[in-house]
Amino acid sequence: MAKIVSGNVAGTGKGRQAGGGDPVNRLGLTARDYEGEKSTLCPGCGHEIATKQIVRALWEMSVEPYRIVKISGIGCSSRTPSFFAGRAHGFNGIHGRMPGLATGIAAANRELLPIGISGDGDTAAIGIGQFIHLIRRNVRMIYVMEDNGVYSLTKGQFSPTADIGSTLKDGSINDQEPVDCCSLAILLGCPYVARSFSGDPVQLLALLKGAIAHNGMAFVHVLSPCVTFNDHEGSTKSYKRIREAACPVHRIEFVPAEVAAKEPDRARRDGRDGTPRELHLADGSFFRLDPLEEGYDPGDRARALERIAAAARDGRLLTGLLYYEPNRLDMNRMLNLVEEPLANLPPGKTRPGREVLDEIMQTFK
Amino acid sequence: MSGIGQAVEGGKTRSAEKLVNNFSIQVATVNGTGSQSSNSILMRAIFEMGIPVSGKNLFPSNIYGMPTWFTIRLSERFYFARESVKEFDLLLAMNPATAMDDLAPMKPGSCVIYDEPMGLRDRRDDLVFYPVPFAKLAAEACPDTKLRRFVVNCVSVGVVARLLGIEQAACDKAVRLQFEGRVKAIELNSAAIRAGMDYAAAHLEKRDRLYVERRDLTRGMILIDGNTACALGCIFAGCTLMAWYPITPASSICERFIEYARKYRSDARTGKLTCALIQAEDELAALAIVLGAGWAGARAMTATSGPGVSLMAEGAGLGFYTEIPAVIFDVQRAGPSTGLPTRTSQQDLLKLATLSHGDTRHPILIPSNMAECFDFSVQAFDIAERIQTPVFVMLDLDLGMNPWISGPFAYPEKPMDRGKVLTERDLEKMKTFDRYRDVDGDGIPFRTLPGTRHPLAAYMTRGTSHNEKAQYTERAAEYRAMLDRIARKFETARHLVPPPIIERPAGATAAIVAYGSSRPAVEEARDRLRERHGIETAYMLIRGYPFSDDVERFLLEFPGAYVVDQNRSGQMAALLRMHFPGASAVLRPVLHYTGIAIDARTIVEQILAQEGERT
Ligand SMILES: Cc1ncc(C[n+]2csc(CCOP(=O)(O)OP(=O)(O)O)c2C)c(N)n1
Ligand code: SF4
Ligand SMILES: [Mg+2]
Repeated sequence: MAKIVSGNVAGTGKGRQAGGGDPVNRLGLTARDYEGEKSTLCPGCGHEIATKQIVRALWEMSVEPYRIVKISGIGCSSRTPSFFAGRAHGFNGIHGRMPGLATGIAAANRELLPIGISGDGDTAAIGIGQFIHLIRRNVRMIYVMEDNGVYSLTKGQFSPTADIGSTLKDGSINDQEPVDCCSLAILLGCPYVARSFSGDPVQLLALLKGAIAHNGMAFVHVLSPCVTFNDHEGSTKSYKRIREAACPVHRIEFVPAEVAAKEPDRARRDGRDGTPRELHLADGSFFRLDPLEEGYDPGDRARALERIAAAARDGRLLTGLLYYEPNRLDMNRMLNLVEEPLANLPPGKTRPGREVLDEIMQTFK
Repeated sequence: MSGIGQAVEGGKTRSAEKLVNNFSIQVATVNGTGSQSSNSILMRAIFEMGIPVSGKNLFPSNIYGMPTWFTIRLSERFYFARESVKEFDLLLAMNPATAMDDLAPMKPGSCVIYDEPMGLRDRRDDLVFYPVPFAKLAAEACPDTKLRRFVVNCVSVGVVARLLGIEQAACDKAVRLQFEGRVKAIELNSAAIRAGMDYAAAHLEKRDRLYVERRDLTRGMILIDGNTACALGCIFAGCTLMAWYPITPASSICERFIEYARKYRSDARTGKLTCALIQAEDELAALAIVLGAGWAGARAMTATSGPGVSLMAEGAGLGFYTEIPAVIFDVQRAGPSTGLPTRTSQQDLLKLATLSHGDTRHPILIPSNMAECFDFSVQAFDIAERIQTPVFVMLDLDLGMNPWISGPFAYPEKPMDRGKVLTERDLEKMKTFDRYRDVDGDGIPFRTLPGTRHPLAAYMTRGTSHNEKAQYTERAAEYRAMLDRIARKFETARHLVPPPIIERPAGATAAIVAYGSSRPAVEEARDRLRERHGIETAYMLIRGYPFSDDVERFLLEFPGAYVVDQNRSGQMAALLRMHFPGASAVLRPVLHYTGIAIDARTIVEQILAQEGERT
């Protein structure tokens, strides 16, 4: 089996455009086809790097552009849907309400792949309620939270993910306990919880591809520094500090379905210490894991929470696939919906006949 | 009939005169004792006798042990408002805590059936009293001590039925309908009614003048509440997503909708639903879910009341500016804040008309009876999709939660209007597609749905300022042009919302303007002004917003237009003034804000006072 390293040509690396142009994916599309408008973020912004990896993941996974919907709240991060997947519909809504919009969209058309983009303020402050209940509904979507520890669009106030002791540029210090959205998501049973860093595009790309392959809600927390308001000495969310603090629980490699298909009947392989070496995803792809944090098992909810908290006490930020639970019932199955997207149902299927009204009227006579 | 009515007027009671099928009953009970079932049974039994009847439940914001009243009005003239909220001819007193207050407003000669230990008969000497040992009768009728407190009220129904002449068969049918196939409950409650009837036959000598006599005035009619009617409307509108957060008095729209959707909107073969039923975490989310769904092509709705409307403000503005269809039911209760959560009002009109920050405006459909609750619910989805905007259906607790009689609902004959949606095939014939361009001159642009497989289809929806191509813009001209075009859509909407009902009888000297649940009280008040005070009135029932041209024309025809509002600030008058400043001078407020539904007398008195006349 050929070893596929993230960052290779999409898929199996086969299709190339005739005439030797840009490489194409299984749909014959180039990475360009997954780009959007020209970015208006500050040069060096962490959100920019995250956006690039989203483009790459969608391209490599050969996601049909018309299936993608981009949804966001308000913030610098929430503006990024304009900058990727220009062939897809997008909805830049209101502050903190992306999860509600995404829920409605996912219910209305189950064939779509909703990608929600949010910030730490949009999620952990104004939107924390909707974030929690989105997880409880297990909406089939990818939820990317681009976390810089501040409200950048309103010019740099602390957000709820700011660490105790972190300072703003004006010297003010955060005294409040931060909200760890990954721990919260794990606690609430989100079936796919990953953390990565704009400074580690290889890991981020693998985790985004896994999120696309997964069937259910996938939460991807991206530490995404703001070079304008929170990248200074004293900030705990600067590139430098995150690079120091980030501790991947494993080296992770995403093996796409078409490669995995060549090795049928593949079971979960565990290492000598009992930690998993392979994790299988809904579409037939899998993750190959090379453990770095001894004994870290993304399938063990309680232990994962303990390990994340213990690491945080030591100033270490665990990254990677922190929690994974396949086969959790997703919203559309909970709602017991017909297979055909609700948005496409013809009137004949949604307006009951005359005899039904007559029958109902009889019960009130 | 009116002869009898006049005999009672002003306390000049001639007790010998029979009152047949035109009187009111007040039932005073404690909540959590099954009184809701017994009240419906009593009302339904009268309906089964072919007599027009209406019921109003006055209940506390509490689940157990607080006073509750239910009033039933019988009226061969189909008067469904309370003539006066304080007047009734028969009191069924089951709650010692309120008995003295309940007796106080009663007219001489009226009749009181009460639980014997209360000893009410010495309290007034001008009323007819019937003491009944309800506890003893209930014990005999129901050996199970745990269930006993639930049958007491049905024993009282039996006593009332016997004294008034309501047939046992009518009671039995009402019980069967109430407990739908629950055999034990049917047996138990029928036995309790019979026990009451037997006791009354053996021990009570009829001394009052109230009679129920069989008529044939309700043939083919139904008895239903507005929330159920709206839920049915949504089912037949083809609604494909409902998201809600429970709140009195709106919850039962969603609860009934869920029941009907499970029954009538599931695939016969697989049992899978053609409608998503989502209980959201709050109203912020409920509306966000509805907007997401509407944007993606579902027919989506939510239902709430005042506090939920307040939370939906930001979302309503988003829907308005991004042009997404949504249907929002507001079943009004009395505020401000949590206010009187189980009482009625029309306090949200101004808020709905302009909900959210910025220059927002929303179409409102205002049903005034059960058939309109059904029809307007269907129409709301068509208008929302045609105009591409959130549409409100505004009712109130009185319409939504009280039982009303109505003709059976008419099946929606008009095909669904799914609005201007471009499909892949449409796009193939086009060179460009601009989401927010007014192609047809009606202000309404075309939209595409996510998932449309065509390179022209995609666009970015945003709540920030955008141009015709849906791109972000801060240019003054583009920003203005967008607001002006959206305003043009509301010109189009004026012709789509239900038109007012207007009556201009010859000789009318004044006009009355009303909306929503005030309709029955106003119509009775007009009869009274004509019959007792010689004042003929013209009448306009407003049923939709934005107002059509007819509305202004009507206002300018009369020297005075009394605008009936069930709120303190005269919200309809204010809205009319805002749109038709030229009519300002003629508008005269008639206001009612007690939490209890408006009655005819309030309207008559306020109009007479302003007309410079005495009652
Ligand atoms: C209801 C509401 N309140 C406040 C704001 C102002 N606001 C805009 S963005 C933002 C914070 C965004 O922070 P975050 O989600 O972390 O995004 P970032 O800009 O840091 O990427 C705030 C408070 C708003 N748009 N809406
Ligand atoms: S202000 Fe910060 S978050 Fe916003 S674009 Fe600039 S660097 Fe990025
Ligand atoms: Mg931020």
